[in-house]
Amino acid sequence: MDRIEERHGLLNALPMLVVMTLIFVAPLLVVALFSVMPPKVFDVLHMPSFENYKIFFEQGYYTSLFWSLAMAAMATVVLFITAYPLAYAMAKVFNKFTLVITIAVVASLFVSENIRLFGWVLSLMKGGMILGPMKTWFGVDSGAWLYNIPVTVFGLVYVYFPFMLFPLAQGISMVPEEVRQAAGDLGASRTRIFFEIDLPLAMPGIVVGSMLSFVLAAGAMAESKLLGGQTVIVMADEIETAFTYGQNWPLGASLAMILILIIGALAFVALSRVDLDGIMGRRK
Amino acid sequence: MDNAPVLRLEKVVKRFGDFTALHGIDLNIRDGEFLTIVGPSGGGKTTMIRLLVGMDEPTEGNIYLRDNIINHVPANKRPTCMVFQSLALFPHRTVGENIEFPLKIRGVDPAQRKARARELLDLLHLPQDYYSKNVMKCSGGEKQRVALARALAFDPEILFFDEPLSALDYRLRKALEKELKDLHRQTGKTFVYITHSLEEAMVMSDRIAIMRAGTIAQLGTADEIYNTPNSRFVAEFMGEVNLFDLRRDGDGGVATNMPGLTINADLPNLQPDCGSTLMIRPEFVRFLKPGETAEFMLAGELHNDFSLGSRIQYEVVSGDGTVITVEQLRENKFDGDYGDQVMLGWDVAHSHLIPCEQKG
Repeated sequence: MDRIEERHGLLNALPMLVVMTLIFVAPLLVVALFSVMPPKVFDVLHMPSFENYKIFFEQGYYTSLFWSLAMAAMATVVLFITAYPLAYAMAKVFNKFTLVITIAVVASLFVSENIRLFGWVLSLMKGGMILGPMKTWFGVDSGAWLYNIPVTVFGLVYVYFPFMLFPLAQGISMVPEEVRQAAGDLGASRTRIFFEIDLPLAMPGIVVGSMLSFVLAAGAMAESKLLGGQTVIVMADEIETAFTYGQNWPLGASLAMILILIIGALAFVALSRVDLDGIMGRRK
Repeated sequence: MDNAPVLRLEKVVKRFGDFTALHGIDLNIRDGEFLTIVGPSGGGKTTMIRLLVGMDEPTEGNIYLRDNIINHVPANKRPTCMVFQSLALFPHRTVGENIEFPLKIRGVDPAQRKARARELLDLLHLPQDYYSKNVMKCSGGEKQRVALARALAFDPEILFFDEPLSALDYRLRKALEKELKDLHRQTGKTFVYITHSLEEAMVMSDRIAIMRAGTIAQLGTADEIYNTPNSRFVAEFMGEVNLFDLRRDGDGGVATNMPGLTINADLPNLQPDCGSTLMIRPEFVRFLKPGETAEFMLAGELHNDFSLGSRIQYEVVSGDGTVITVEQLRENKFDGDYGDQVMLGWDVAHSHLIPCEQKG
């Protein structure tokens, strides 16, 4: 019986396997292949060459990589700190009001990311929606609050807030209330409860939320372009330029591969460091 | 036993909005006793324990620990500790880490912590190699013991239990009840146990408090409560019982509205001005042989019998349809068939007169 059911499982999964291979694995393979082609070719029928990876080092693309990862890391930390209180309230305090918050946050996703970012540009530019009234009403004159690294990180935090918030709320809701009460009863202060109980037990949610935010932020481009005004050029920007303006597909492919590998490795390490099953009491 | 109260409740009231969960509770918990608070669900047991532990504050009245009012002292600042119904073990920690948790919070050094955890493993009959075992892989009974060890590691003045055994199967529960009683004797700590199961209360407790609708209906030893309940509610709650309404008739005799009940005795405690309830436990009702008499006599028809192990329970239906429960030891088994006419009898000495109650 078991055997047949196991085979049925495999058969059922087969169509999905095919689809995933075609739409997910195949494009990645194409990118990987292009990344080892000589520069500026438009097919993959050449002798492999690691010329593009050399360019990455020689022409200083690692600065862009650094900024992508650094700003993604900063955004993730800020996201965790800012989303935690709301996530906690959604999981433990708000009850039905949680639905209102959920809808409100999700509704913001209905508007395109670029339009929302332009909204912030209009708000933060000199004489804009925030700085204009500040000047006329309070006489506070200030240059645009735009085109720097903090505002770029702010943009990332703003755009990826839902991707931290919801997994975090899910993680926090998995912390049984009685376990927290028991820790308090055994003498733990609120701070101790947070570090000894809340954080470890909500860890699956924290890891998932952080991974999503970090991965998305590391591949983001619009924030640094619109809010950051290209104060720093991020990796995604470089990749786009290589593919379009530069007409150098192999260079773009190799830059993409580097980003994919680094983010993939980080994700792998992060997910293997926390034993998701173990945390949920399903250790083997 | 030192009888000074370690914890004292004085006119404690707890309201949730319009609902009053506790109506002015007065209770002294004695140092070192095993007190069980028992009652049907919704009687206020859980509210009570939350107040005692410090998870809630009383609306009115005071809670004293020794001589200090502790109404507003939060749970983490009280020298008391609770074993939760769900046990509330830390699923991300090993058995050892669970037990050591209160010591870690207190800043005890790791070597000392470990030594204490190992002592507690022994005390609770858990194998030493469980120290590094994942707590979620323990069986129900083992988890129970871990939760208990963790509470003992805290070294509380009073240990509270919120129905911790209710999720276990019958045999394990019975075994753990006895262990708990042993543990109480060994540690000498004050145990306050909450349960809806009277059996559990009877097995373990020094004293039992019966709660009903936010009040304590009766407080006393198991014997007192079993033999001399102060209300119909307590009498019925404490197991199988036969109850008859009695009153004084016009000329000072004893009258009953139970057809066929013969009373060959006077009951000096029966008040003239209000009706009382006569309680007789099934084990004190006997089948009378032809010609034999007793102080109370009632005829009926043998309706059914149930084997309860060492005892046999009989159901006898009297003329007006009232079911009388009789219990006999197996060796005194009554020889009769269903439908037989039987005569039941019992004595005043074995019965108890529940004084008239204020309705409410």
